[in-house]
Amino acid sequence: MNANLQPASDINIPSFTARFKEGFRKKWYKFSRNKLSVAGLVIVLAIVMAAVLAPYITPYPEHAGKFVDYGNASLAPSATHLFGTDIFGRDILSRIIFAFRGALLMAVLVLAIAVPVGVFLGLLAGYYKGSLLDTIIMRVTDIFLSVPPLLLALAIAAVLEPNLTNAMIAITVMWWPWYTRLVYGMATSLRNEYFVTAAELIGASKFHILFREILPNCLSPIFTKMALDVGWVILIGAALSFVGLGEQPPTPALGQMVSDGTRYMPDLWWMTVFPSLAIAVMILGFNLLGDGVRDMLAKGEHDHE
Amino acid sequence: MNAPIMTINNLKMYFPVQKSKGKPVYVKAVDGVDLTIHKGEIMGLVGESGSGKSTLAYTVMGMYKPTGGQIIFQGRDISMSSDKRPLSLKKDLQIVFQDPGSSLNPSHNIRQILELPLRVHKIVKREEMERKIAQILQMVELSPNYMYKSPASMGGGERQMVSIARALATDPTFIILDEPTSALDVSIQAKIINMLLKLQQEKQLTYLFITHDLSLMRNIATRVAIMYLGKICEMADTVEFFRNPLHPYTRMLLSSIPVVSEEEEALKPEKVISTGEIPSPVNVPPGCSFHLRCPEKTELCFREDPVMLEVSPGHLVRCHAYQKTAGVHVA
Amino acid sequence: MSNPVLEIKNLHVWYRTYGGYSRVLDGVNLHVHKGEKVGLVGEAGCGKTTTMRSVLRILPEGQAHIPEGQILYHGNDILKMKPRELQQVRTRGISMIFQEPAAALNPVFTVGTQMFDVIKYSGLSKEESRKDNIKRLAIQAIKEVYIPDPERILNCYPNQLSGGMKQRICIAMAIVTPRELLIADEPGTSLDVTIQDQVHRLLRGLVEKKGMSLIMITHSLGVARELTDRIYVMYAGNIVEVARTSDLFANPLHPYTLGLLSSVPKLTGGGVAEGIYGRIPDYLRPPGGCRFHPRCPRAVRRCREEKPLLKDLGGHQVACFQV
Repeated sequence: MNANLQPASDINIPSFTARFKEGFRKKWYKFSRNKLSVAGLVIVLAIVMAAVLAPYITPYPEHAGKFVDYGNASLAPSATHLFGTDIFGRDILSRIIFAFRGALLMAVLVLAIAVPVGVFLGLLAGYYKGSLLDTIIMRVTDIFLSVPPLLLALAIAAVLEPNLTNAMIAITVMWWPWYTRLVYGMATSLRNEYFVTAAELIGASKFHILFREILPNCLSPIFTKMALDVGWVILIGAALSFVGLGEQPPTPALGQMVSDGTRYMPDLWWMTVFPSLAIAVMILGFNLLGDGVRDMLAKGEHDHE
Repeated sequence: MNAPIMTINNLKMYFPVQKSKGKPVYVKAVDGVDLTIHKGEIMGLVGESGSGKSTLAYTVMGMYKPTGGQIIFQGRDISMSSDKRPLSLKKDLQIVFQDPGSSLNPSHNIRQILELPLRVHKIVKREEMERKIAQILQMVELSPNYMYKSPASMGGGERQMVSIARALATDPTFIILDEPTSALDVSIQAKIINMLLKLQQEKQLTYLFITHDLSLMRNIATRVAIMYLGKICEMADTVEFFRNPLHPYTRMLLSSIPVVSEEEEALKPEKVISTGEIPSPVNVPPGCSFHLRCPEKTELCFREDPVMLEVSPGHLVRCHAYQKTAGVHVA
Repeated sequence: MSNPVLEIKNLHVWYRTYGGYSRVLDGVNLHVHKGEKVGLVGEAGCGKTTTMRSVLRILPEGQAHIPEGQILYHGNDILKMKPRELQQVRTRGISMIFQEPAAALNPVFTVGTQMFDVIKYSGLSKEESRKDNIKRLAIQAIKEVYIPDPERILNCYPNQLSGGMKQRICIAMAIVTPRELLIADEPGTSLDVTIQDQVHRLLRGLVEKKGMSLIMITHSLGVARELTDRIYVMYAGNIVEVARTSDLFANPLHPYTLGLLSSVPKLTGGGVAEGIYGRIPDYLRPPGGCRFHPRCPRAVRRCREEKPLLKDLGGHQVACFQV
């Protein structure tokens, strides 16, 4: 009869790649509106590249392991050793770049385990709000959240043998509840949305409702939090290694380098200052990136498609 | 008249709100509704917000387990919540929600939205999915180009078309329309209503049309029922209903409608000035629940709740003013 | 005739978006005389609210851009006013009521606190802004909107009131100190018919009693018919028809007005009309010529190429080549 509501402008279905490209362009527009986010992205990319290519780009890759050269020990920053050397004569710049590897690996693995677990529990508890399941999950979550995070990680790491793996386990155990909280809040409100009701009334399975209807609408806050969290995981990791509960020497770790250096302050200031700066820059980078991700995924008011 | 497709007997839906002095207090959202809907009919259920009309619809859909009473649909008792109902029932009974914005998942595209009912009820094979979805879209006069659009990129009218398409996908016999056009502009409303009427004719559908818009019901419903505080207060065939509105509340509603022509103005009952607001269903006033706002209340209305009375064939009203003159046609 | 209280001349408003400027208002002309009740009617997204928000300069900062146009309040251009003068207009000249009364009231303050603030910042003299006087004014305003027991209402939080009551409070706030012009943006739309009817009657009564001017924004022709003296019909950022209310309903001319009128379901029955073909244009790429031409049943070639201007047919103005 009439193809009434059909605007004359669209004649065909855009191909998948075209839709993808257009989506990407718009996302980039939103992300890049804030120059600081772009700066964050640049910092993060630089750090990731440096960590991946560490053996090829560091001036003294062998300094990352067991290496002693007392002839060059405790040198101040110079052209040959940009960040100076430590008391064993190892190049600090090389060790910092190698330390990025452990820090990034830790962040990625911790989030790769903590996020799915936390999100799944949050979805379950949120969708079945008011049930026994909700009570159990959320009370356990509350218990974890009520202990100061660093303290909990310290306690777990102290009980276990001190090494990188156990530090990661410790941080993972204290990290998932935050995602459970986050998703719980969203799932409790989303389950009352009419599209969820509609799916229920059609007869869709619980699996479909949890993972296909509710979860996709929680993703942007989850991704935003993840981008921000990378920095925080690194910080906690550094704190653990500062007190000797993380990566063990001679493998470099930023926290451990800072702690070693403090004994020689202020004479060998470069031993502390540069690793500290490295931690600060990493966290700054991931925080700026996180803000950008949030802007990018936010639904704009005048968001014409 | 056709055979009844749905019979609702003394349906009650109470929600506990809080406890006062150890006793739970209930919101009586639906409080004893009797309603029979015949096959092929468009039943208009009209009321203000808080009248319980949406709760009635949601209870019929099984979103809540009724507190009391019975819902019989196609000869089967369905007075239970939706997760206890068989899948075949969900195929026959569908609903279109008011807000097209929140009834479509914003992170899905139209294809994903329409695929769900087809997959759940195994209506077509996987290979034929695309063709079937295109066909359903055409049924609601949308081009197949919409298949990969997101709901956010569409206008409110088009979104509501998709909601209707989703309800139609399972080929139901009975559809509840919960204010499907009240969030839309009149020009769009007109198109959607026309389409709904066409589909109803083609597919022999039965509609329970919930709305607050009496003038819309004048044009499309076969019968109209007015709801106030969980109870039906007047019900009649559309023509009779508008020619001879009896309940004071009906008259107040009619006189409040803004109209666009003199002929319509003449149809409004003599100006019954609307006063007061619908009270909270937590403290329903004793006696007739409308007495607080009623211009014709008597002492009896404070004490006694009137019962439903058939004043002329098919015209039911629940008001003390007509109790004594039962059977007499009141002009 | 006397000088108008408010006169909008050739107003253009654009919004910055991804993909360029969204050209929402495309040369709006409108005026209101003292004591006049004017309706601004059109579908959602026609630019009614944008027009009225630019009058009070409450468009989103940074996104809205006004390339052209004047908004004259007693001859002074609001768009060029300094913050002090603008404040004067906002506190003494023009007040606005919004569609969603729940969103217009702050949920964490009592009605009284919010009303007192409105009075305090309305530039009263020292003498007048004594505490008891402010309270007296507030109570008087609440009485004027027919809410019983004003003392109790002042101590209520907005969530303790029903939607209709909240809208009455918003009206009370808008009239609590003398204003010349009241802009009402769909004040009854979120309310039930019976409540809407009460709010509209109240509004009309107050405006008439106080000799204020009223601009009523609404999507409903029926509401405009019952409340206004003169109606502007707006489509896609253009005024397409202006007429006295009685003239407009007796003799609607613009195809858009005709389409709207026929789409309204009538109490007299007779089925539902077809509606209007198509939908509101994309303001990023608005159609050339008459913005209504893609939806117009009477469009000819000229409509696509040239923008029709309002022409005067004995007090009844319409922007269409076919009339």
